[in-house]
Amino acid sequence: MDQSRIRNFSIIAHIDHGKSTLADRILQLTETVSEREMRDQLLDSMELERERGITIKAQAVRVQWKGHELNLIDTPGHVDFTYEVSRSLQACEGAVLVVDAAQGIEAQTLANAYLAIENELEIVPVVNKIDLPSADPAGTAAEVVELLGGSTDGVVRISAKTGTNVDQVLDAIVERIPAPEGEPAAPPRALVFDSSYDQYRGVIAFVRVVDGRLSTGTGLRAMAMGTDFDAEELGFMSPQRVPVESLEAGEVGYVVTGLKDVSRLRVGDTLTTRKGGATTPLPGYKDVKPMVFAGLFPTDSDDYPELRDALEKLKLNDAALFYEPETSQALGFGFRCGFLGLLHMEIVRERLEREFDLDLLVTAPNVAYQVKGKNGDWLEVHNPADMPRDAEAVQEPYVRAQVIVPKDYVGSVMELCTERRGRFDHMEYLSESRVLLTYELPLGEIVLDFYDQLKSRTRGYASFDYDLAGFRDGDLSRVDVLVGGEQVDALSLIAHRDAAYERGKLLVERLREEIPRQMFDVPIQAAIGSRVIARETVKAKRKDVLAKCYGGDITRKRKLLEKQKKGKKRMKQVGGIEVPQEAFLAVLNLDGERKR
Amino acid sequence: MTRPGHGAVRHLYVHLPFCAHRCGYCDFVTAVGRADEHAAYVDALLVELQLERPRLADDVETVFLGGGTPTFTEPTSLARLLDRLPDAEELTVEANPETVTQALAALLGEHGVTRISLGAQSFRPRLLEVLERQARPEDVRRAVHTLRDAGFDNISLDLVYGIPGQSAADLEADLAEALALEPEHLSCYELEAKPGTRFTHAHGEELRRQSEAMEDYFERVVETLTGGGYRWYETANFCREGRDRELRAQHNLAIWRGADYLGVGVGAVSTVAGERRRNLPSVGRYVAALAAGHAPPREVEALDDATRAVERLMLGLRLDEPFDVERLNGTVDRLELERLVDGGLVERRGNDSITLTRRGRLLGGAVTAALLG
Repeated sequence: MDQSRIRNFSIIAHIDHGKSTLADRILQLTETVSEREMRDQLLDSMELERERGITIKAQAVRVQWKGHELNLIDTPGHVDFTYEVSRSLQACEGAVLVVDAAQGIEAQTLANAYLAIENELEIVPVVNKIDLPSADPAGTAAEVVELLGGSTDGVVRISAKTGTNVDQVLDAIVERIPAPEGEPAAPPRALVFDSSYDQYRGVIAFVRVVDGRLSTGTGLRAMAMGTDFDAEELGFMSPQRVPVESLEAGEVGYVVTGLKDVSRLRVGDTLTTRKGGATTPLPGYKDVKPMVFAGLFPTDSDDYPELRDALEKLKLNDAALFYEPETSQALGFGFRCGFLGLLHMEIVRERLEREFDLDLLVTAPNVAYQVKGKNGDWLEVHNPADMPRDAEAVQEPYVRAQVIVPKDYVGSVMELCTERRGRFDHMEYLSESRVLLTYELPLGEIVLDFYDQLKSRTRGYASFDYDLAGFRDGDLSRVDVLVGGEQVDALSLIAHRDAAYERGKLLVERLREEIPRQMFDVPIQAAIGSRVIARETVKAKRKDVLAKCYGGDITRKRKLLEKQKKGKKRMKQVGGIEVPQEAFLAVLNLDGERKR
Repeated sequence: MTRPGHGAVRHLYVHLPFCAHRCGYCDFVTAVGRADEHAAYVDALLVELQLERPRLADDVETVFLGGGTPTFTEPTSLARLLDRLPDAEELTVEANPETVTQALAALLGEHGVTRISLGAQSFRPRLLEVLERQARPEDVRRAVHTLRDAGFDNISLDLVYGIPGQSAADLEADLAEALALEPEHLSCYELEAKPGTRFTHAHGEELRRQSEAMEDYFERVVETLTGGGYRWYETANFCREGRDRELRAQHNLAIWRGADYLGVGVGAVSTVAGERRRNLPSVGRYVAALAAGHAPPREVEALDDATRAVERLMLGLRLDEPFDVERLNGTVDRLELERLVDGGLVERRGNDSITLTRRGRLLGGAVTAALLG
């Protein structure tokens, strides 16, 4: 196909603004799928995605419109996957920005729009859901113009649900989005913007050919990773795989690599031929590093091998997932896992529980810390219990956070951000009633319950997005918890010095409620180093014996005893003290209680 | 008189299910039957006893008639049953206070009954009503005097604590009333909200609410009764230290020590030679089977050595006497044992045996679970 007749674009939107519905309508209108084949939100193929209305893994679909070849590159819709979004956008020349006519611009609208602008994309603004009674298409179009410039005439007003004006979106894509301008004769370069794993065919890379051409059977190389493989099959999605002999400059398609490990082919890498290949890769490859960590332990320690196998399988489809074995004296054998963010963590956990039927205990999440040891070396710490007590310096990751709220809630949001050690950056009125606040915040303050707090303090009106802004020095302390005089590794936490005392105090109070009374008094202490900062005691119970037991009911009483014994097994033994698994989650909700 | 056989079992339990009224908290096998049904039932009992006779030893030591309300059984039938029981050193009959008349006391005495277990439960009229007991407080006192007059010198009273609405003062009063009657033996139970009973349905929530207070109540019971000169020989049982007389309940003591026992009657349980049998609870089916000369319908549970060891420990640690843990062959977790000794819940008695301390006995269930590792 002549490059001048190709258009590559993404649809970007805040969650629930109608991105998937618009994609569905486009597939129908271009007769890429028949009515009969149509399932709602066809592109979101994973069960979880469909349920949560979010797109986790991007895919690309080719459609035909008025003599043009349009490649719709779907993008993940959440903050955790910013890097993947940016790679998808890099594969495009334009983006359709969808804004809900009833909601207006939200935080992800902004974040995505900025990403598109950074990637120099032509943006086609679309106001969706104009059929809703509460829709304000004119006001929303004005907000969009305020953000992007241009005129409100250029804003396409549609209802993806009913199909109204969706043809105008396709026309605008053809008219306004530039055609690709790669070098068809140059050595091939193709950007990997997504990959997935097929259990029969191995890793399948989704690529945008920038220069040259890829042909079936050619020996290829992923330039950043240095991975070599043969192009076993090339093709495009429509929306099923359609094999072709070659992919030309400007085209979007897939490459069956035969690789058995997704980690050998990373999103953002450049594919070229092994013979006569390009020497300079496409710009922008980044090794995405997990920023949020948590321990995953099987509730039943016998399930450890199943958990290991499940993580291996998930990792095949999720190169960003990191895991390494972790042994906790309190929780036994498990894995310390690294995630891009909280949603990523939640998705992984749900998939492990749902698809692999595992019962998991997930410890409170923490961020990655950079720690300077006595010898001057910096190391990265993923677990509070691994934090050296004599660290020379500690750095923690910061994010640049954008919060959009109705103006009445500005005070509440500022208060929350200040409590969480936020540094105010700026404030801007998007319209008369809606305000954009920008803060720099430690990621560690966000991973616990920042989002929940934000939602509850703004009655759900706030929208929130962030991107990483690098590591900064932090005045941080490691708080340890001792139960019955023994340190419980899984309960250690890192807190800012100002908050350490209160966090420690709340944690031991919470643990006192969670740990059942036992045969002996159980002291619970929080300590920084050797200094105890808080102490509570679970008083010993004074009675725990069956009221009576005669010949007629020995069996029943024995079964009660066995049940009691089994209940004990479900608890984790810490220095002879039975600690219920819930107690290990106590640390999760501390900040919720810090409030008033 | 039924002649004993040549088996090894020295303890016999006989179940008489009939009651005037089924109390809300009761989960025993009971029936509210007419007099002719009593006779048919006793006939069936005697047939079962005949069938099981080969299991009994020549010298049966204890017989226990429980219910139901054995003394509610129509007197002719009751006398006929008593006549046919094997001779034993201890023959206990459970009685409800309102059933105790001079005639009944005489009947029991004439037929060799040596011990009466009287279901007093409480002396507070309000609490007796909650329990749906038929007896009034004066019935309890009168019953004890009637039995004494008839010559009974081994009387046990059952008390219940933790009745919904029972204050600490109520409990103190009940204990004082019981002590004033100078029974040889006292059984004192926390009221259990057994699943499925009408009582649990009505009062379960309140029982859960007051469960913390039961720690105090239990300690108060133990303190008051031991202070009154009674020996706390089993978790829920107390006896006077008799001059040359053994006043522990011999039948139950044997079971707590792990002896085999034979149970006959509807719902009765036997543990004989590594097997536990439970007759099914339907009176009609029980009587019909035995009328045809067959064994009654029952369920059987095989008890392997490990299970027996767990039961031995569970039962043995309820007693105040030394328990030989070594003979259980590794059932007991040694590390836990050390911890419990260090923590003052268990005391060693020589090389092989242990006893629980006072606090250990109050926590007996948890201690047993811990020892099982």
